[in-house]
Amino acid sequence: MHNPQLNKNGELQHLLTIEGLPKAIVNQILDTASSFVGISDREVKKVPLMRGKSVFNLFFENSTRTRTTFEIASKRLSADVINLNISASSASKGESLLDTIDNLAAMHADMFVVRHAQSGAPYLIAKHLTDTGRSHVHVVNAGDGRHAHPTQGLLDMYTIRHYKKDFSNLTVAIVGDILHSRVARSDIHALTTLGVPEVRAIGPRTLLPSGLEQLGVRVFTDMREGLKDVDVIIMLRLQNERMSGALLPSAQEYFKSYGLTTERLAMAKPDAIVMHPGPMNRGVEIESAVADGAQAVILPQVTFGIAVRMAVMSILAGN
Amino acid sequence: MKLHIKNGRLIDPANGIDASRDLYLADGKIAAVGAAPAGFQADRTIDAQGLVVAPGLVDLSARLREPGYEYKATLESELQAAIQGGVTSLVCPPDTDPVLDEPGLVEMLRHRARSMNQAHVYPLGALTVGLKGQSLTEMAELTDAGCVGFSQADEPILDTTVLMRAMQYAQTFGYTVWLRAQDAHLGRNGIAHSGPIASRLGLSGVPVMAETIALYTIFELMRSTGARVHLCRISSAAGVALVRAAKKEGLRLSCDVSAHHVHLTDADIGFFDSNARMTPPLRSQRDRDALRQGLMDGTVDAICSDHTPVDDDEKLLPFGEASPGATGLELLLSLALKWAEEDGKGDGLSQAIAKISPAPAQLAGLAGGRLEEGAPADLCIFDPEARWTVKAAALASQGKHTPFLGYELRGQVRHTIVAGQVVFSRP
Repeated sequence: MHNPQLNKNGELQHLLTIEGLPKAIVNQILDTASSFVGISDREVKKVPLMRGKSVFNLFFENSTRTRTTFEIASKRLSADVINLNISASSASKGESLLDTIDNLAAMHADMFVVRHAQSGAPYLIAKHLTDTGRSHVHVVNAGDGRHAHPTQGLLDMYTIRHYKKDFSNLTVAIVGDILHSRVARSDIHALTTLGVPEVRAIGPRTLLPSGLEQLGVRVFTDMREGLKDVDVIIMLRLQNERMSGALLPSAQEYFKSYGLTTERLAMAKPDAIVMHPGPMNRGVEIESAVADGAQAVILPQVTFGIAVRMAVMSILAGN
Repeated sequence: MKLHIKNGRLIDPANGIDASRDLYLADGKIAAVGAAPAGFQADRTIDAQGLVVAPGLVDLSARLREPGYEYKATLESELQAAIQGGVTSLVCPPDTDPVLDEPGLVEMLRHRARSMNQAHVYPLGALTVGLKGQSLTEMAELTDAGCVGFSQADEPILDTTVLMRAMQYAQTFGYTVWLRAQDAHLGRNGIAHSGPIASRLGLSGVPVMAETIALYTIFELMRSTGARVHLCRISSAAGVALVRAAKKEGLRLSCDVSAHHVHLTDADIGFFDSNARMTPPLRSQRDRDALRQGLMDGTVDAICSDHTPVDDDEKLLPFGEASPGATGLELLLSLALKWAEEDGKGDGLSQAIAKISPAPAQLAGLAGGRLEEGAPADLCIFDPEARWTVKAAALASQGKHTPFLGYELRGQVRHTIVAGQVVFSRP
């Protein structure tokens, strides 16, 4: 099957998922991002790489943080950014997803940054653009259902590389609601692509999807056991609605078993870093002392996120 | 109208015949097989040299979308699709709008279908009013109106007491209850087979347990009520194993599988191809292999098309929002031939036809499915070697979506005969 995110020359046409992405492209994005990190510290925080290009942020699902970072990244590349918040309800009022895309494409969009509650929605958009002869328009997946959040996965890799330099001797633990997490899936694919020898998933059985081991992951249900000697801990956000679907009894009990406390953090290597895609629930998945502690790299993740998104968009615009 | 069909290879699995024989049709019935009856003067002769003459196909699950969903399909379009696919009898589930739970609706549908003089339409009545799983329908009245059985379509009954009583009541009159084994809660919002592929794609899952738990319930109720049950579209290896054991035990049970599940797996979802969204979901390769094994050893009696026309507006959506189902009437013959060619003995033609004509006719209590004197003159005459490519534009059905788009398939219908009339011919 043809990989829909690569063009005929094997270059990145869309960024839809990290799964199946060649390691060379992942490294190209990370290398490009490191050249952008300094730009944000300059007095003039702009480069002209996307001058005259129009980026449409299409958010079918609410998000302030991701949309804002994409907006900042676009602006630092000198692109024109148009933000559209299309809630699921307005879509049900009549206009279909593909009608929306047709209309915006007719306004000469160069790139769509798409967030959607349904897994696979950006694939539908990318396929539609190809089928209608507009394959020059790029699609960036900014999170689709439970499936993927590739720019988050890439910024996590950037952060790990920044602090740990080498992927080939790391043990990385991802903790929490793997079942519903697109971040976890993208991180798992990115880590295995970059050659991390041990990727662990830690959580209660109700929040672990079936067949998870087949993604190349070691599964733990005991937090202390799972954190033993790890180099990197990626905490996931626990949504409140998980308490209503008989997945968990209460936030308190979750914290008791899976919250990252100073005491549990001590199971990891002394120089382990703690990551979180945000927004954090302090006291639910992470203790404040850890979130604000010396091992947390949660705010640097946000800073690197802008550089990584600039890298993705500039590479796409250049292909 | 008297018809003489000559030089064909006659395949009639019900009578164990696979030989070169002529066929003589008169007054909508088969007048003779082999030698012409005395004084037979044919009005028309069809030369079936190089073609297979088989009993017309019987499809156990074809949604015609009438009444209520005419924007998806109409009787005209779907009955045309049926005869182009060699299907001369089809059973349609009651999940129309309104639901087929009143005799008047069934009579109207039957009347509309009869007036078109194409395939025979045999509706299933709703087992409960509105398919709501609360109160029983007038099964005797509905049977008089033309229903051949009673079904919940894809709406599982929440209250087991209601299911038990429905089975008791159906058993009282000897009606068959058609059920798809699906737990009402497990996998209720699921859209793909629970497993590594759904986990990878981030699609919520329908576990195999949803099927097996429902089967345990159905079998236990069969033991206590004595009702006869036909299981629609079994999907899993564990399900096939349970059906095999239940048949061995002697429960009055039959079972079909959709042609999609005979050939495809959840891997065919690929990059979120909504054409591969099905109810029940396409399952793993191991499940598919067990379904095929079940067909071979007789655990699974029949292959149905699970014909479900869906329009573009409901298919060109993200996978989870797209309507499940695919068009199938025109693919049933070729997909059955493909199965038998891959798994069967010899050229497999007789085995394929058995699963799409005599077996489904018999288990649904219909007259067709055999080529013998006095049987209805419903025939499917096809070229077993002709190859064709599945393209949306070539399909008569209003539903243009199928996961087989672009496939090259073998076997193409040349003539379809219903009640002694040639209703479709393709050069």
